[in-house]
Amino acid sequence: MKCTVCREPAVIDVRRHNANFCAEHFTRLCRDQVERAIKDFDMCQPEDRLLVAVSGGKDSLAIWDILLDLGYQADGLYIGLGIGDYSDTSGDYARAFAERRGALLHEVDVPESYGFDIPSGSKAARRAPCSACGMTKRHEFDRVALEHGYDVLVTGHNLDDEAAVLYGNVIRWATEYLGRQAPVLPAGNGFPRKIKPLVRLSEREMAAYCVISGIDYIVDECPMAAGNKHLGYKDLLNQLEAQSPGAKAAFYFGFLDRAAPAFSSDEVTGRGELSACERCGSPTTAGTCAFCRLTDRATQSVELRSRSDRTKATP
Amino acid sequence: MLVTLRHPTREVRMAGPMSVVKLLSTLELHRETVLVIRNRELVPGDAMLADADEIEIRPVISGGSR
Repeated sequence: MKCTVCREPAVIDVRRHNANFCAEHFTRLCRDQVERAIKDFDMCQPEDRLLVAVSGGKDSLAIWDILLDLGYQADGLYIGLGIGDYSDTSGDYARAFAERRGALLHEVDVPESYGFDIPSGSKAARRAPCSACGMTKRHEFDRVALEHGYDVLVTGHNLDDEAAVLYGNVIRWATEYLGRQAPVLPAGNGFPRKIKPLVRLSEREMAAYCVISGIDYIVDECPMAAGNKHLGYKDLLNQLEAQSPGAKAAFYFGFLDRAAPAFSSDEVTGRGELSACERCGSPTTAGTCAFCRLTDRATQSVELRSRSDRTKATP
Repeated sequence: MLVTLRHPTREVRMAGPMSVVKLLSTLELHRETVLVIRNRELVPGDAMLADADEIEIRPVISGGSR
């Protein structure tokens, strides 16, 4: 197998592009696709200060690496979620990358800052772990980005992520979520500007980028994510992609081109009806935001459990 | 060859030589969902794997919260 660009031995085939690449030209392809996404969707400007949400996984470390290589001022933010060894290990990968690149990494430890972890917090709030985790991360990403004056918050959502979420939203006709599904969400209403520069690159391409670039990342899946709907949707779409290379990109970019404007008004997304949370000031449709309510339920549960433990320990 | 698989991590022995495509189809894995790695380097679909090779098949699909 030869590289389509230079005819040297290829290391990867990309069926949706009907092309093969050597390491050098594959790396260049990834950077070009990120630059194109930034330009096509007017994501950010060269002078912007970017905050990259970093999990220690392939996507977030890859986009941080690419943005640094492209010359952006990009700092990282790692959120420790208290998911046992998984959180410890993923944090180590994020720190090692930051050190290697000489980049600034902010860190928030949720158990230390808020008194609960995701496994116990989701249980107490009777939420799916991924739902409690997502809510917690979004709250902290927004808070840190605004408090530190970043112009843009960057997430590592790739083409597979976006296609899977779109699929899930379409089969439920979740119009309020369809309206918010865009590669760029503008700042306003208490939210920072959010961008997804990996939307033109697949999950496999991001993993390959990390291997080629010598970026070590956490390969193990989050133990809380096993069997979730999002993974099921990805599995279905990958079966479709195997039959019809390019199907995921056609589905997602077709939506952005032809359907997304129909769902993007404030009336549909509910973004126009927000006020500040009376506790933390975050945007919310209720008096107290969902994250503060989650924190209340999770910490009450921890207090009750420790009281019960003390009672049991009393002779 | 010794093949390391993930989720959960386990090792299987396969007889070489064998192409990457053949290895993946034998293990019933989609090419879009994994990378094949030998000595920390990616191996393309048409490459031949030798009996003495140590191979990692790394899943690329992840997905928790958004």
